[in-house]
Amino acid sequence: MNIHAIRAIYRFEMARTFRTLMQSIASPVLSTSLYFVVFGAAIGSRMGAIGGVSYGAFIIPGLIMLSLLNESISNASFGIYMPKWAGTIYELLSAPVSYVEVVIGYVGAAATKSVILGLLILLTARFFVAYEIQHPFWMLAFLILTAVTFSLFGFIIGLWADDFQKLQVVPLMVITPLTFLGGSFYSISMLPPVWQKITLFNPVVYLVNGFRWSFYGQADVNVLVSAGATIGFLLICLGVVWWIFRTGWKLKS
Amino acid sequence: MSPLDATTSAPDAIVSVRGLSKHYKSGLRALNNVDLEIRRGEIFALLGPNGAGKTTLISIICGIVNGSEGSVHVDGHDIVRDYRAARGLIGLVPQELSTDAFETVWATVKFSRGLFGKAPNPVHLERILRDLSLWEKKDSKIMALSGGMKRRVLIAKALAHEPRVLFLDEPTAGVDVELRHDMWEMVRRLRESGVTIILTTHYIEEAEQMADRIGVINRGEIVLVEEKNTLMQKLGKKQLTLSLQSPLESVPEGLREWPLELSGDGQCLTYTFDTQGNDTGIAMLLRKLGELGIDFKDLHSSESSLEDIFVSLVRGGV
Ligand SMILES: Nc1ncnc2c1ncn2[C@@H]1O[C@H](COP(=O)(O)OP(=O)(O)O)[C@@H](O)[C@H]1O
Ligand SMILES: [Mg+2]
Repeated sequence: MNIHAIRAIYRFEMARTFRTLMQSIASPVLSTSLYFVVFGAAIGSRMGAIGGVSYGAFIIPGLIMLSLLNESISNASFGIYMPKWAGTIYELLSAPVSYVEVVIGYVGAAATKSVILGLLILLTARFFVAYEIQHPFWMLAFLILTAVTFSLFGFIIGLWADDFQKLQVVPLMVITPLTFLGGSFYSISMLPPVWQKITLFNPVVYLVNGFRWSFYGQADVNVLVSAGATIGFLLICLGVVWWIFRTGWKLKS
Repeated sequence: MSPLDATTSAPDAIVSVRGLSKHYKSGLRALNNVDLEIRRGEIFALLGPNGAGKTTLISIICGIVNGSEGSVHVDGHDIVRDYRAARGLIGLVPQELSTDAFETVWATVKFSRGLFGKAPNPVHLERILRDLSLWEKKDSKIMALSGGMKRRVLIAKALAHEPRVLFLDEPTAGVDVELRHDMWEMVRRLRESGVTIILTTHYIEEAEQMADRIGVINRGEIVLVEEKNTLMQKLGKKQLTLSLQSPLESVPEGLREWPLELSGDGQCLTYTFDTQGNDTGIAMLLRKLGELGIDFKDLHSSESSLEDIFVSLVRGGV
């Protein structure tokens, strides 16, 4: 194991975050705060509680997931896309590193940022709504698992993309709709029966509900199913990354 | 050029390339059955026109491009099966000026060392930066540096992990005189410390000045590999130029047995001869000129440069 390489990549990526602190941390925290003000405080006060949880508190796990997914994907995809774009990828390709080390470095850094961000949003939410966390350990576990999984997914997007447009198309056209329709702002039991079934094909539903269960002990889907679905997606992403590095797809001619 | 033994490599070979071919997806055959052995501790210059396959060859050895057929060993390590050991020995200064714009010089050099699996060593990095006159710039962002400075940064990155084999892909293209000078100083120092250096260049004088051996590549094939001195001797031609007292209309009949050329204004006679031959024919020529009453005010001889040799090789003239 080339520990020095993992450390070098990880540090490099973290340094990039701190250089762009406003963009990578402050702006997601701010936009999430706006959600709390609008949905939690203004509209939420007119909404009934869902399953005994006030609306403002109900949306917290979903909102954190929303930022977590977006930031994980954009951090990780940007992290590996940039060297490809700037041509500095030559160094990575010529270095005595295995794909496992590259992935640990890049995905580890992207996931770290996302977890920090998630915790910051959680803290910020305290200013707007009261909430409780019934299973803090599971809350953290879901946070980390989701951050890692979607950083890995973003990493794949970054490897696949060969222009800036492709880099943004998946987050914009796939992830944003899925997260908005994934039960961040509502319980799927509020949907018409047909849509309740269709929604179950949306992987984000499992993330949001697993996470919400760790807060309030209740969710639309079983927490084990949630965890299983997330881990399943993680394994798929790992398989894809392994294949990319083995074949050099989009990396080596 | 002696054909390489396909099974054993010379004991002093640090890089050995066997039967290497590369077809790009475009269908282009960039390398065609290349055999090449680089000796431990030498400076090897790879010469060839644009598009000959120099960068492709280097990229395959360094792991940036996949070869299609054949194998490469670096100090006995297969570059695919044993890539960690092979790559750890190699430093690469790429042809393109690809740098991380937002990083500082120090951070990027430190990153390179780590990436190649070496424990931090600020003393070593400081020495490299000082040698390359980069020390004052160590806290500057790379994007604030000039092109020449960026080239230095790339060299510093390549040396950060103390490689045993250094590839310089057209290191002096578009580089100022001062940097060229510094660079060759450094290359000599590295060679003294036992580092093997492989460089590609357009500037033939550089190969002439620096290299121990020269390889010529054209259209993906190694045309020749030779000690520089042998090459110069073997292929070198000398020219004797005579400035005449009074211009000639044409080369006189009596001088037909020498390959002479008369300049347009009839003022200069140029005689081209092989340095290989025992008898250069100069004495005879001068005697004959005297007999014919052709006086000259000056004479000088010049040796053909590698440039000439190279051009004739690439045109298939050997
Ligand atoms: N990634 C690539 N895809 C397709 N063709 C390439 C690629 N890289 C180089 N080539 C082609 O391969 C040939 C050799 O290129 P290169 O190795 O860069 O030559 P050199 O470095 O000697 O100038 C050229 O014809 C070039 O156009
Ligand atoms: Mg080239």
